[in-house]
Amino acid sequence: MNQVALFGAIEIGLIYGLVALGVLLSFRVLNFPDLTVDGSFPLGAAVAASAIVNGTNPYFATLLAILAGALAGLVTALLNVRFRILHLLASILTMIALFSINLRIMGRPNVALLGEPTVLTPFEGLGVRSMLLRPALVGIAVALVMLLLTRFLASDYGLALRATGANPRMARAQGIATGRAICLGMALSNALVALAGALFAQTNGFADITIGTGTIVVGLAAVIIGETLLPARRLGAAVVATVLGSILYRLAVAFALNAHVLGLEASDLNLVTAVLVGVALVLPGARDPLRTLLGRRARA
Amino acid sequence: MLSRRTFAGAALLGAALGLAAAVGASVTAAEQPKTVAVTAIVEHPALDAARKGIKDELAAEGYLEGRDLKLEFESAQGSPATAAQIAQKFVGEKPDVIVPISTPSAQAVVGATKSIPVVFTAVTDPVGAKLVPNLEHPGGNVTGMSDLSPIRLHLDLIKEIMPKATHLGVIYNPGEANSMTLLNLLQKEAPGHGLSLVGAPAPRSADVLAAAQSLVGDVDAIYVPTDNTVVTALEAIVKIGTDNQLPVFAGDTDSVPRGAIAALGFNYYDLGRQTGKIVARVLKGEKPGDLPVESIKTTQLFVNPGAAKAMGITLPDSVIKRAKVVVG
Repeated sequence: MNQVALFGAIEIGLIYGLVALGVLLSFRVLNFPDLTVDGSFPLGAAVAASAIVNGTNPYFATLLAILAGALAGLVTALLNVRFRILHLLASILTMIALFSINLRIMGRPNVALLGEPTVLTPFEGLGVRSMLLRPALVGIAVALVMLLLTRFLASDYGLALRATGANPRMARAQGIATGRAICLGMALSNALVALAGALFAQTNGFADITIGTGTIVVGLAAVIIGETLLPARRLGAAVVATVLGSILYRLAVAFALNAHVLGLEASDLNLVTAVLVGVALVLPGARDPLRTLLGRRARA
Repeated sequence: MLSRRTFAGAALLGAALGLAAAVGASVTAAEQPKTVAVTAIVEHPALDAARKGIKDELAAEGYLEGRDLKLEFESAQGSPATAAQIAQKFVGEKPDVIVPISTPSAQAVVGATKSIPVVFTAVTDPVGAKLVPNLEHPGGNVTGMSDLSPIRLHLDLIKEIMPKATHLGVIYNPGEANSMTLLNLLQKEAPGHGLSLVGAPAPRSADVLAAAQSLVGDVDAIYVPTDNTVVTALEAIVKIGTDNQLPVFAGDTDSVPRGAIAALGFNYYDLGRQTGKIVARVLKGEKPGDLPVESIKTTQLFVNPGAAKAMGITLPDSVIKRAKVVVG
């Protein structure tokens, strides 16, 4: 792995860290298995890219993307809360609908941003190498989101959200409008995912209809890697662990890209990534990895 | 418990980075043979054929893999995020040329470097994808090849077979991005061939029959572009063509056995060979910015004389002699 690849992995890990935070909010805090993510990530990219190409200020375009993501999350939440559709199915419906909507927004399957102004443009004249500039700026944005999210989860609204996820009956008994809490949480979750999509499109120079595929898998993997490596009871720590988990996942991919040294082929990439992540999950907790594996098998 | 796990995790990460740095160093140390880094968005028969073509052409140009050339390949396995990571990895390794196959891979690479030479391939619309500002003189560090249908050659063929034709009907799906690109190109090229275009939109395969009927009486021939929706319903067009003595031409060779009278197609291996030639020129020191973006030159002609007769024309001998495949 070279320097550019390392910083690139960190940058993409940070961006997908926002996806992972969204997933943390839906799956863990709200206990709402939400697959909307596969649609709201490209939605964010599509809205931001189309708005920028049409001359909108990149910061305003990113804000539009965040709002679009929130709307997508709200639709899933309303399908569940209002129309009593099973949460998983509600999110699948929104996800597949978003595929067509994203095509409508872009007007074609791929919108290029190469050479267009992006949120990074104002900082490009500062003389910092783009290899460092991009992860630094994305890092600042993600740190800001982490701070705001942690504070939000500790506020009255945030506590209502957590109570809804932990025990909805109890929450209702305490006078919490759980339906509203689900709507708020899902909107927030998908807003974060759409923000990630908008940043991805702007840092990499394109929005493509296919960029959403598998987003939920990557987000979930990051959440679980974070939980395993940094088991924390406090939500603030879980937020940090989630973003670290996402970066670690991307480092595993960057690592797998160098697996030729071991005589592996390009087509083995996903397998190597999976093995690396698996090893990272199993090793730390085990004095004797072999015994852990056998022990787990015995228990299962 | 927290601290030990955290420590172990950190140690693992540290070891990973250390090893990574070592690997990186070993990659950048060797300088003698030329390095070409190839990446594709996904494993796919067409894209794999293009990659093989590039490799074979480079060998033919004297860059034998393992001796004068270090050829590296990475597939993003369908994930654009991984495509971006591959782009970063390649840029960090500073190869002599990066060859991205397919539009998303090309955009990721072009977004990641402004200095390393890039020769993209299998991109339908390089200008629309913002890879290059224009096709004739791209400037900068990027050039490459488009896999757009060779429309001009298709029109040449139609005029060769039917010199008196003046009106050409085109059936297309307005919802397919590729078809709209083709239609724009047809509109630009047709007047130079003494043809005026009559469009018949068919948003669904079920609409193709009606679209073909709407052309009867207004055109001398029908051209079916490489449009998935329309090609699916080719038989409907062939029937209208036969009933009304309207020759049907196609953009893809698979349509010829199905009843189109002629088509000029290409395969992705030949696309790769032609791309390999551009890569070799860059390796020999030419600047990508000075090399125009090319479109496919090697084509294969498929003809169907039986279908031509049924549609009321005879194929010239010169065309049949040139054909790679004669159906029926």
